[in-house]
Amino acid sequence: MDFNNIIKLLSTNHGEAISVLEGSEIVLIQAVKWSEIAKDLKENKDLTFDYLSCVTGYDNGAGKSIGVAYNFYSMAKKHSLEIRIEVERENPEIPSVEKIWRTADWMEREVYDMYGVSFKDHWDLRRILLPSDWDGFPLRKDYKEPDFYNGMPVPKDKSYWE
Amino acid sequence: MGMNTEYLKELGIIKGDEMILNMGPQHPSTHGVLRLKIHTDGEIISYIEPHLGYLHRCFEKHCENLSYEKCIPYTDRCDYLAAMHMNHGFVMGVEKLIGIELPERVEYIRIIIAELQRIASHLMAVGTFGLDVGGITPFTWCFRDRERVLDLFEYLCGARLLYNYMWVGGVSHDLPKDFIKRTTEFLDYFETQIPEYNEILTGNKIFIERTADVGVIPADVALNYGLTGPNLRASGHSYDLRKEEPYSIYDRFDFDVVVGEGTHGTLGDCWDRYYVRILEMYESIKIIRQAIADIPNGDVHEAIPKKVKPPKGDIYTRYESARGELGFYIKSNGKNIPERVKMRSPAFASLSALNEMAEGWMMSDVITILGSLDIVLGEIDR
Repeated sequence: MDFNNIIKLLSTNHGEAISVLEGSEIVLIQAVKWSEIAKDLKENKDLTFDYLSCVTGYDNGAGKSIGVAYNFYSMAKKHSLEIRIEVERENPEIPSVEKIWRTADWMEREVYDMYGVSFKDHWDLRRILLPSDWDGFPLRKDYKEPDFYNGMPVPKDKSYWE
Repeated sequence: MGMNTEYLKELGIIKGDEMILNMGPQHPSTHGVLRLKIHTDGEIISYIEPHLGYLHRCFEKHCENLSYEKCIPYTDRCDYLAAMHMNHGFVMGVEKLIGIELPERVEYIRIIIAELQRIASHLMAVGTFGLDVGGITPFTWCFRDRERVLDLFEYLCGARLLYNYMWVGGVSHDLPKDFIKRTTEFLDYFETQIPEYNEILTGNKIFIERTADVGVIPADVALNYGLTGPNLRASGHSYDLRKEEPYSIYDRFDFDVVVGEGTHGTLGDCWDRYYVRILEMYESIKIIRQAIADIPNGDVHEAIPKKVKPPKGDIYTRYESARGELGFYIKSNGKNIPERVKMRSPAFASLSALNEMAEGWMMSDVITILGSLDIVLGEIDR
């Protein structure tokens, strides 16, 4: 199925929760409807997105929203789709799809680790790449390097590194 | 033959309390600094919890502070066993964002190099897998032949492991004078070597006993966990991005997608994952021979832009690296520094399925299963 048909199908099933990002082939959806739509993406016979390729977190800049992009591919139907969910910066919360695509388990943990997006109903949401005592979410645009890490000073003058 | 937990419980073999064993981060069989927290009941694994991040070098954070050209050496260091694939995957994404038409010669060179790299990487996988299950000789043989590929790369660009060879819009050096001749010589030599591996490892009775029927993952479960590349193909799912969504000029070459057949046991066991890699080396040889036959002349620096400054937009590119589907999600805001670079690491997804595969097996099988997945920690931790 091409992009327009996918959109048509999704809009008839989920109505206003679906919108298309202008000038692109990216679907923006509302976080509250995500579990429902995700189930449909996998189980609908015409869509069958059986493979979740990538979950990417991104930050639209200080004071703006935090987003998560999901890249899907259907092995059975040979089509792909990108879905984005944007949530507010304070207490970002998105339903987890870890039970639908098992691969989302670790990928969501990584997004949580770097951006602090909390995935609702994730069975084991904790840091994955950074140590568990790390403070803050380093890939956010307004992240400030700490002065100390576990009592060790963090070098601020890096001119001699080059 | 291995037995699963349920069966052993029925027989009443599992008794005693659960115990937690720590493996790594400094352990020769974890292929890098990986720590496995293994819950065992006697010798039987009940749950494995991998702890990652020991090699986290903030690749994605670095990319947000460096120009596109400067990101390329960092991609090298992610998967240091298939650095050319990392370079290629990243520059392909940037080129698509800018919309660069590549000269024919560059495309051919890239494919020859990428397939040589695939051979080198698979040799490493096969060799260390042999080592993991106790065969030391195949490891030295594999390294001997991998060395010849690295020599070719050294002759090509001066570096042996981390190349920074593929640039946005081209490659750093044209092929040196005898490169084609030396590559052909290597292929002729290497083709006679693969049967030797088959003699010492593939058909070895001890090796088959250790690997066949162990760590089975059916195709649908593998797909659900996001396994790609040789690991997914070993489960019988024919999926190769070089055929599925041919990037670069892969659509011009004639080669087969190798899938596992469950020759010595269940489809999708460790033996299948091993043997898919052996057969893929034959396919790589086929591709290189075809590419060498029709490589055109031309200038490899012709399309390199003076300044890499993609327009505003974002792109997700997928690349078939030696370990599976390598994805780069690049967001550009119109400056010469990317706003966001995300790497979809194939080994990260493979490792997440470790618990699924190892549950109910013995301690010694954990090493086998981990070795058969061919993970590289540099790429998992980024």
